[in-house]
Amino acid sequence: MSELSVNHLLGIKYLTLKDIDLIFKTADHFKEVINRPIKKVPSLRDITIANLFFEDSTRTRLSFELAEKRLSADVVNFSAASSSVKKGETLIDTVNNILAMKVDMVVMRHPNPGAGIFLSKHVDASIINAGDGTHEHPTQALLDSYSIRERLGEVKGKKVLIVGDILHSRVALSNIFALKLQGAEIKVCGPKTLIPKYIESLGVTVETNLIKALEWCDVANMLRVQNERMEISYFPSTREYTQQFGLNKQILDSLKKEIIVMHPGPINRGVEITSDVADSKQAIILDQVQNGVAIRMAAIYLLASKIKR
Amino acid sequence: MSQKVLLNSKEINIILHRLACQLIENHPGFEDTVIIGIQPRGVYMADRIIKVLEEEYGIKNISNGQLDITFYRDDFRRSDKPLEANNTKIDFIVEDKHVVFIDDVLYTGRSIRAALTAIQSFGRPKSIELLTLIDRRFSRHLPIQPDYNGRQVDAINNEKVKVHWKENEGEDAVYVISK
Repeated sequence: MSELSVNHLLGIKYLTLKDIDLIFKTADHFKEVINRPIKKVPSLRDITIANLFFEDSTRTRLSFELAEKRLSADVVNFSAASSSVKKGETLIDTVNNILAMKVDMVVMRHPNPGAGIFLSKHVDASIINAGDGTHEHPTQALLDSYSIRERLGEVKGKKVLIVGDILHSRVALSNIFALKLQGAEIKVCGPKTLIPKYIESLGVTVETNLIKALEWCDVANMLRVQNERMEISYFPSTREYTQQFGLNKQILDSLKKEIIVMHPGPINRGVEITSDVADSKQAIILDQVQNGVAIRMAAIYLLASKIKR
Repeated sequence: MSQKVLLNSKEINIILHRLACQLIENHPGFEDTVIIGIQPRGVYMADRIIKVLEEEYGIKNISNGQLDITFYRDDFRRSDKPLEANNTKIDFIVEDKHVVFIDDVLYTGRSIRAALTAIQSFGRPKSIELLTLIDRRFSRHLPIQPDYNGRQVDAINNEKVKVHWKENEGEDAVYVISK
């Protein structure tokens, strides 16, 4: 019998390959559950989960909330915009006040890298990181790998290309850790200014020519340019970015093999990918969203099973 | 630790035939009846019963599914061992059907309680019956009794009843193991 090696899901960096396999296996069962006429199991009926979102989100937040509700957990939602954070309350105070209302698990998105790790050291609850600044977004990376595994059979040995704003992307970092752990080959592509200087030390290669990179890969994960995290200009114009690093149908059709196109959302249609690519057969963007619920159910279920009564 | 044989392969075979006949008596033709093996070990038993029904009594096209009850158990976070799920495979409509649950050993009744909840996710059956190979009748925690029963056993609580199947353990046998 197996269980996770961790008590919190703070980042892929802290997981083992066994953990990932266990999450995927459990997610397979939950994927069957969410396709039933009644998509709900009673496992977590005595668990309360707080979703703390200090940063905007639609998909992740909805996905977590659905996952929690389908496991029968009680859910409380909190968003920074309408809370006492604006009145100057600290993170630990906010969370401790919520925990005083007997909450067992906290799902948190925060603009500061390491916020989840900080919290896990100071409060007595199981923490799931739903994105901490430019650091990690573990459930996104898990659902990305899960979607690749679903489409291609396995992740091991597959060539995965990550295109775009690598510098500001927690999705890129978590994906690199997750894919490495599972034995995939990884290449990153984007404007030099948006690729961290020592990225090779993570075991990935860099290619600045999009066509060459696409010819190499089995899977292309097209990231969004995170304008909200940029204080300075990293490339001359959006138009120029699109010309060099945008994926359109013409490029996709000119490739020798049929690659899979992924996008973590939200899509800026016409910037990193065009509409006809996003809506094409090769895009598995909506599969990613569906798998997200199953993956989050699995992660929450496995972490909750470690909360002792 | 000592173990004694409760049923040998010949006795199991006779019981499987009897249970199959009892099922036919109540469900002639199996048109509105579905058989569901409870994961993990009820599935072997269900497969065997269906094999007897098909091969010996010529009943064809029996709807046969597998139900995993892990997410419906009442001991989540209460047992030291983490619970591992198995596959659920029910690719037919349960609504308005007569469901027959098959499990190998009926002990506390808690698995069957979980199965009764789990099956509701697939619709509202007309009726649910329970078929078990072994009924440990003095160990029940819940008011649940089998409708079709292979053998009643009065095993005491620190004894374990283990069913072996040819497909899995290489032999058909039921053992009572005492610590």
